[in-house]
Amino acid sequence: MSAATTDTLQILLAAGPGPGVGPLHDLRDAGRAALAKTGLPGRKTEIWKYTRLKALDGVAWTGPDARPEIDGDWIDAQAGFRDAWRIVLVNGRFDAGLSRLTDLPSAARIAPLPEAAGAHGAVAAALGQLANAERFPMVALNAACLEDGVAIGVEERALLEKPIHVVSITAPGAQPVAAHPRLLIRIGAGAQATLLESHLHLGDGAPAFTNAVLEIIVGEGARLGHYRIHDGPENALFVATTAVSVAGGAQYDAFALNIGAGLARNESMYKLDGERAEIAVNGAYLGVGGAHIDNTTFIDHARPNCQSQETFNGVLSDHARGVFQGKILVRPDAQNTDGHQMHKALLLSGKAEVDAKPELEIYADDVRCGHGATIGALDADQLFYLRARGVDEQAARALLIEAFLLDTVERIQDLAVREAFAEALTGRLRALQSSLAHGEAA
Amino acid sequence: MVASTETVKQVQELGADRYKYGFSTDIEMDMAPKGVNEDIVRMISAKKEEPEWLLDWRLKAFRAWQEMAEPEWAKVAFPEIDYQDAYYYAAPKSGDKPKSLDEVDPKLLETYEKLGIPLREQEVLAGVEGAPKIAVDAVFDSVSVATTFKRELEKHGVIFCSISEAVKTHPELVRKYLGSVVPFTDNKHACLNSAVFTDGSFVYIPKGVRCPMELSTYFRINAENTGQFERTLIIADDDSYVSYLEGCTAPQRDENQLHAAVVELIALDNAEIKYSTVQNWFPGDENGKGGIYNFVTKRGACRGVKSKIAWTQVETGSAVTWKYPSCILQGDGSVGEFYSVAITNNFQQADTGTKMIHLGKNTTSKIISKGISAGRADQTYRGLVRIGPKADGARNFTQCDSLLIGDKCGAHTVPYIESRNPSATLEHEATTSKISEDQLFYCLSRGMSAEDAVGLIVNGFCKEVMQTLPMEFAVEAQKLIGISLEGSVG
Amino acid sequence: MALLEIRDLQAEVDGKEILKGINLTVEAGEVHAVMGPNGSGKSTLSYVLAGREGYEVTGGEVLYDGENLLDLEPEERACEGLFLAFQYPVEIPGVAGTTFLRHALNAKRKYHGEDEYDAMEFVKFVRAKAKSLNLSDDMLKRPVNVGFSGGEKKRNETLQMAVLEPRLAVLDETDSGLDIDALKVVADGVNALRAPDRAMVVITHYQRLLDYVVPDKVHVMANGRIVKSGDKSLALELEERGYAHLLDAAA
Repeated sequence: MSAATTDTLQILLAAGPGPGVGPLHDLRDAGRAALAKTGLPGRKTEIWKYTRLKALDGVAWTGPDARPEIDGDWIDAQAGFRDAWRIVLVNGRFDAGLSRLTDLPSAARIAPLPEAAGAHGAVAAALGQLANAERFPMVALNAACLEDGVAIGVEERALLEKPIHVVSITAPGAQPVAAHPRLLIRIGAGAQATLLESHLHLGDGAPAFTNAVLEIIVGEGARLGHYRIHDGPENALFVATTAVSVAGGAQYDAFALNIGAGLARNESMYKLDGERAEIAVNGAYLGVGGAHIDNTTFIDHARPNCQSQETFNGVLSDHARGVFQGKILVRPDAQNTDGHQMHKALLLSGKAEVDAKPELEIYADDVRCGHGATIGALDADQLFYLRARGVDEQAARALLIEAFLLDTVERIQDLAVREAFAEALTGRLRALQSSLAHGEAA
Repeated sequence: MVASTETVKQVQELGADRYKYGFSTDIEMDMAPKGVNEDIVRMISAKKEEPEWLLDWRLKAFRAWQEMAEPEWAKVAFPEIDYQDAYYYAAPKSGDKPKSLDEVDPKLLETYEKLGIPLREQEVLAGVEGAPKIAVDAVFDSVSVATTFKRELEKHGVIFCSISEAVKTHPELVRKYLGSVVPFTDNKHACLNSAVFTDGSFVYIPKGVRCPMELSTYFRINAENTGQFERTLIIADDDSYVSYLEGCTAPQRDENQLHAAVVELIALDNAEIKYSTVQNWFPGDENGKGGIYNFVTKRGACRGVKSKIAWTQVETGSAVTWKYPSCILQGDGSVGEFYSVAITNNFQQADTGTKMIHLGKNTTSKIISKGISAGRADQTYRGLVRIGPKADGARNFTQCDSLLIGDKCGAHTVPYIESRNPSATLEHEATTSKISEDQLFYCLSRGMSAEDAVGLIVNGFCKEVMQTLPMEFAVEAQKLIGISLEGSVG
Repeated sequence: MALLEIRDLQAEVDGKEILKGINLTVEAGEVHAVMGPNGSGKSTLSYVLAGREGYEVTGGEVLYDGENLLDLEPEERACEGLFLAFQYPVEIPGVAGTTFLRHALNAKRKYHGEDEYDAMEFVKFVRAKAKSLNLSDDMLKRPVNVGFSGGEKKRNETLQMAVLEPRLAVLDETDSGLDIDALKVVADGVNALRAPDRAMVVITHYQRLLDYVVPDKVHVMANGRIVKSGDKSLALELEERGYAHLLDAAA
């Protein structure tokens, strides 16, 4: 660890709540202990090969206290999904006033993490189990700075008729702010739910650092749709570590949409932990300006007869950089596994870059596994075909880029979410149309 | 390809003798003391009567080596190597290098005969009419013992000799190119090789010459506790062509032996080098005892415009393989290819693949990798394709397929794909599966044994790679596939 | 002694009983047709005879030339002269047809203590066989069944049968997926292979193949049993009146 990152770590820890007391202090201590051993991810950490957190250095990070005023209309406008139960976190802290949980059925329990951990042994026991602080430095950092968060529980066989929408806002005031949102989500056996996540930024100029950790337990035969959208300005750093375990016969459908201009790293681990579990993990990203968008996924086939499917499409313009790392592990006893993964990227600019590392690690023989990766420019034949039909070049490019990204959005199983995400994406594309048409912003 | 389908017969002929190259030759050896230090490096250099610049280079490498850490990113596990417990110089004791084959120790000639390597030109010529000629450089432990067809090659201006000889006869070429593709700082194994390499082959193909025959080096580790550190340097000048074959075997021994070779290829304008390897070092026994540590650095530089380097490897031997034959595509329009079949059985481990570094415009690369893992073996394809910002119009196609035989083995695929040019096109595809029950039953229902059926299906699986091998090698390689998979079914 | 004698054969697949007591005797030189609706167990019968894994025999016996066929491995059955023409011939990428067939023939020759053919001898042998059946040997140069049309696959099976000279050939829905011209080519091949010491069991859903390969006996299978046997006129009756009529009568 270099001197700079050592200092950075000290600054970040100092901005947190300190060891202190309370139901979360064990977790905080464990986080600090793990960080003392590993430090922040650095050059030699293979899984951080393509993404550096250098932007964390040299910033006077502060805790979540200073925050601008936020009003509900702004959230409505930014986050959409008005017909959902809304949980609002501001700088990692649960904000009951901005949340909308009035008609929540009793089968769903939503509570601040310290309260839930104190009241329910199961919550305290589950915290930090899937997202292991010793293996993941950013999880350790989240734990070390943990003071709040939200626990969501859905009872067995409950069918939630509306989505639960987590709106996490990182809002620096005049000072740079570091936030560590934390969520624990437990979906009971046979239950069905939809979880939306919107990661938003509110501020005017000061840097923001979000280091979210989500742990999601999907019970036997349950179904969970989990859809995330992330947006933010150039000086925002966003890191989210998501650890999901999917029990036997359960289905998990996830999508991550990244359209932020700063640094975003989505690191996700999915464990297929019971027979006939099925997951679909898809995503799309659009990098413009100096954006750096990293999707790192690890799919762990721990049991036989499971299926996983993963498709990510990305578009990089200007001097943006895209990173995709996707690993599929098939453990020795996980026979009859189907695992397929695809990553496609379009490079629109001579200064953009994309790095892909799909990976298969297979220890069972009765498997059908594969991955594919392509990187290239817009298809010249397709462009010409459109132009030959009278579409001008700029419109033709926009059309092809949009189709390329929407191709994965189509995989979202929830129709309303699919439409909303498609709208968010096309809206952004339209705003960027003139710069994307030339591959480089003016 | 009719001649390439003898697998089963050959397997049956070999019967119980699974590693037919497992014998050792009892021959008087000239050995340096065990271990490695500056004195040993000096001694090797002195034995070879090397010029000062080369000794300096070796010493620099040795000093760097002492500071370097072992590469640990590969997915292989083995006990720490005690570098001081091996011999770094072992040569058949026959005084000066023999002037003709008549002076070579007959036991040595017998060894190569047993291995099926023709060292006597008349024997080659007396063979089947129309059989292609192959010039052979035979390296026994640390030194080259014979090179055939030198005179005929000289007529075409082709230089084919041991690298020790080239240091004396063509110092300007050696000095210009040695270490220019693989600097000694590249990695710990290459660095050790630079310090202690004892021999290897040197090839220079002059401008406009198409080498009239296949060139081949046959490596044999014989002595116990000996590391083999050969160094190969091939330069293809403008508009030239050469096809080079490399084979290797070692006796069956209980202890592990280190083989850390370096191969450097340089292709100038419009030149083409085809480099084929059938690697069959002793893999260790069924219980994982013994076998060669095969830590090899192979790299080719396509320096000239429209130059081409194609690597083909059939890797069936070695206890642990760490090997990534690579191409640096500097010249505009240059082409890199990598074709690989790797088979691991029993307790073998292999981490192998390639790097294709695209620097020039309109450079293209193709990677076809077929991995077969059986027994308790672990195998990894590890590859890098990098497109630099100036490599306009670059193209890569990669196909990696793995086949698992049995549920105790592992097969892994770790590609790194990096592009910094929007006009480049990269396609990567990988699959992992087992031999289909349908295919197996179809073969059985036609009367074939399970082992025969597996050999046949695996050879089919590898065909795209096998057909890039020169004919003589393809036959040998097909046999090896059958042999390597013995005991993996049933 | 009959070449093939199936006595009360019962078999299951994935724990589901498919064959519920088949009795069938086939003499050398005879051609028997086994007909029946989909799901009657025809293909299961062919796989049980060939020894496919997953087809569990739960009762009865099968005597082949007086010996217990079910004791033998699939490859031993093949070497003993049993040949199954697959309904869906399997693709084997990268393996040329000649290579495949030479391995098969040499396995059989070795089993019988005969010298194996080398590549040259084999090519001559195959050419002669193909010629005698009016089949082109072109497809042997291509990888086994890869990219073959339905007709090519079935012709390839016929050619394999000619080369391997079985004593008992089981043809599983050899007519499926063939147009009339391809059907004739295959039927001619099959007819050319009829011999006094060779028996054939032709499994088919439709009667039309039997216009060209005229059977000595016809059996109708339904629900895992042979419900009716007769001569070739039975096939015509089925063609005219359908399976339903017959099954109703049997029930």
